[in-house]
Amino acid sequence: MTDTIKAERAEALVAERLEQLLDSYDPDGEPREFWARQYDLGLAWVQFPEGFGGLGVSPRYQSVVQRAIEKAGAPTWNRELNLLGIGMGAGVLAAHGTDEQKAKWLRPMFTTEDMWCQLFSEPGAGSDLANLSAKAVRDGDEWVVNGQKVWTTLAHIAKWGMIPVRTDPDVPKHAGITYFIVDMKAKGVEVRPLYQITGEAEFNEVFFTDVHIPDAYRIDEVGAGWRVSMTTLMNERVAIGSRALPRGGGSMEAAIKAWKDYSHSDPVARDELARLWAEWEALRLTTLRANQMRKAGTPGPEGSTGKLAWADLNKAITAFTVELMGWDGTLYPGGYVLHRPKEFESEGSPQRNFLRARANSIEGGTSEIMKNIVGERVLGLPGEPRVDKDLPWKEVPRG
Amino acid sequence: MADRALHVDFALNEAQEMLRQTTRKFLADRVPVEVVRRLAETVEGFDAKLWQAGAELGWHSLAIPEEYGGAGYTFSELSIVLEELGRALFPGPFLSTVVMAADAILATGTEEQRQAFLPGIATGEHTVGVALFEGPAGASSGDITMSAEASGGGWVLTGRKTNVIYGHTVDTLLVGAQTARGLSLFLVPADTPGVTRQPMPTLDATTKQAHVTFTEAQVGAGALLGREGAAGPVVDRMLRLAAVGLALDQVGGAQWCLETSLEQGKTRFQFGRAIGSFQAIKHRCADMLVAVEHARSTAYHAARVTQDEEELAIAAPLAKSVCSDAFVKTSGETIQILGGTGFTWENNAHLYFKRAKSSALMFGDARHQRRLLADALGL
Repeated sequence: MTDTIKAERAEALVAERLEQLLDSYDPDGEPREFWARQYDLGLAWVQFPEGFGGLGVSPRYQSVVQRAIEKAGAPTWNRELNLLGIGMGAGVLAAHGTDEQKAKWLRPMFTTEDMWCQLFSEPGAGSDLANLSAKAVRDGDEWVVNGQKVWTTLAHIAKWGMIPVRTDPDVPKHAGITYFIVDMKAKGVEVRPLYQITGEAEFNEVFFTDVHIPDAYRIDEVGAGWRVSMTTLMNERVAIGSRALPRGGGSMEAAIKAWKDYSHSDPVARDELARLWAEWEALRLTTLRANQMRKAGTPGPEGSTGKLAWADLNKAITAFTVELMGWDGTLYPGGYVLHRPKEFESEGSPQRNFLRARANSIEGGTSEIMKNIVGERVLGLPGEPRVDKDLPWKEVPRG
Repeated sequence: MADRALHVDFALNEAQEMLRQTTRKFLADRVPVEVVRRLAETVEGFDAKLWQAGAELGWHSLAIPEEYGGAGYTFSELSIVLEELGRALFPGPFLSTVVMAADAILATGTEEQRQAFLPGIATGEHTVGVALFEGPAGASSGDITMSAEASGGGWVLTGRKTNVIYGHTVDTLLVGAQTARGLSLFLVPADTPGVTRQPMPTLDATTKQAHVTFTEAQVGAGALLGREGAAGPVVDRMLRLAAVGLALDQVGGAQWCLETSLEQGKTRFQFGRAIGSFQAIKHRCADMLVAVEHARSTAYHAARVTQDEEELAIAAPLAKSVCSDAFVKTSGETIQILGGTGFTWENNAHLYFKRAKSSALMFGDARHQRRLLADALGL
């Protein structure tokens, strides 16, 4: 079959299934029922195999599907609601899971019946994720997990968690990790809210005490956990990097509002405002350019800098906004209330956003780690010598 | 302003890709850095044969309509050449002739003036210097005070213009002056009696300048370009196009700096390691990549909106401010990463560093551009 014929058939198949899906759409029905039908028709992740929410066609058709569903006014917010499952977990299952595992987890994930979380960071393993020390010991058909994870989004709501753990401390760190799906409601799992500098608890600490996981929930081989973790992170960075921002939008909008609300005219501050606006616009144009190049099949280095650039810029803009507020910037509306937000709180007072932005250069890979990745994988610079690379994990100094 | 949703297509088509390759190859073959250095040591700083060869490749004619001997493309195509010229440190009055003067003559010239200049610019026969400012602060149409008086059916120009890029080698000067009716532009043959041109030593030896004095220089009625007293918007547009042209030149130069720094990071060993393996160097390089890619986005964007005046008023100062800062930063970092070698005359890094600082200052520095940007945004 030539590529053209293949593409024509794929297009026809997607169009046919879309028609079936949208013809039966009932605006008064349950969103979950719509998502179940979307899954059954192979329109959840079109690149996945048939029977597992896909049609086995190029992933570029997914944007066609999303646009059509949005246009019809049908629900698409399952992707945001269960972001860690649909955006990351599904890719992991598709790449490394067995058919039984895909059949068990993908459908309820897509319908949001089962929420997902990602249990990666530990108190002793942040940037150096491969140094993780939560461990699992085999016990017949099961594994027994002990240890602590931290910075876990949605752990208090999730039914399933993706968890890499150490299964062999006698080999170098990357080789001794195995990846599991853990039932977050199982005995021995304790989730505690982790309050941030804003007083909100978007994240959790999760403690595992003799938690039993069936071997059937292991993803890929014993010892293959690092590879599976990398698949997870790659999906995460693709999801973060390609967001297109509006001109003068996001945190820049708040800065401009403060400039006007406080009737500023000082030329020094105006220069700073214009500089931040220009950098924000340069970032926006770079994101647009990167998305266009990716679609055209000629992605370049422009697609690798978004997260890095955004983190520093968002910190600078939110800090400047508070400066524009003068004495008002020293107040904290509503005070610090330790609470758990219902969902991601992307909006808030400028003071709150100023504080929240400090995490931008830490979460999802610190800027230092991002610069290493850009330096080595994009620019081709040599890696840092690693003293722990060939040592058995248990002999590596830590603290 | 903030909700203007303008779609710009960044991808290059096959012909544009080809143009980039042939331009880069020609420059590598015919204008290697040794040639640039040789020209930099001369007073003229300009090689008529190279100029002609570039014109024969079609560089000069890209954005000129076919009816005036051009190729009838757009600024998008021209922008590819401008970026490559920057990468190669190409010396010559390309910006003033092909970017600024050609556009002004096309937009406001009489049919006779268009025929007199545009085909000659396209073939490389004509070179034009833009003589606008009269001192170190010159950056906008409001800074022009030199006077031109109507006399004997023509005009008499008296005054002094500073920092005319390649003012001493061009055959024509495009001069801004005040008449009784206000700011006007004149196309003045450089050999007009009363015009004296003083070449000046420049910070960036790959971009020459001259101060030009007009002592009762008499030109004919046909020298007036556009309507008398109505040149303000024409000059403003020329300055925006100059900003876009320089931004593209800066992107080309900044890219060279990034590549040179990376080469050094991979091949220079200290402490038994390639220095690019140290995070102190690696992170600088990652920051340089961000600066270069952001600069590129703003310059490419500006090059694609030159026919949309409202958007250009934002895009031009945006590009010049971002690209100036990016080139100054990356060229400075390159000297640092090269270490002692980077500070030598023999190494090429200083040529880029000087072009970076010089081009950043020309036609209004980054701070001036940000002021224009804030004005355009109503801030």
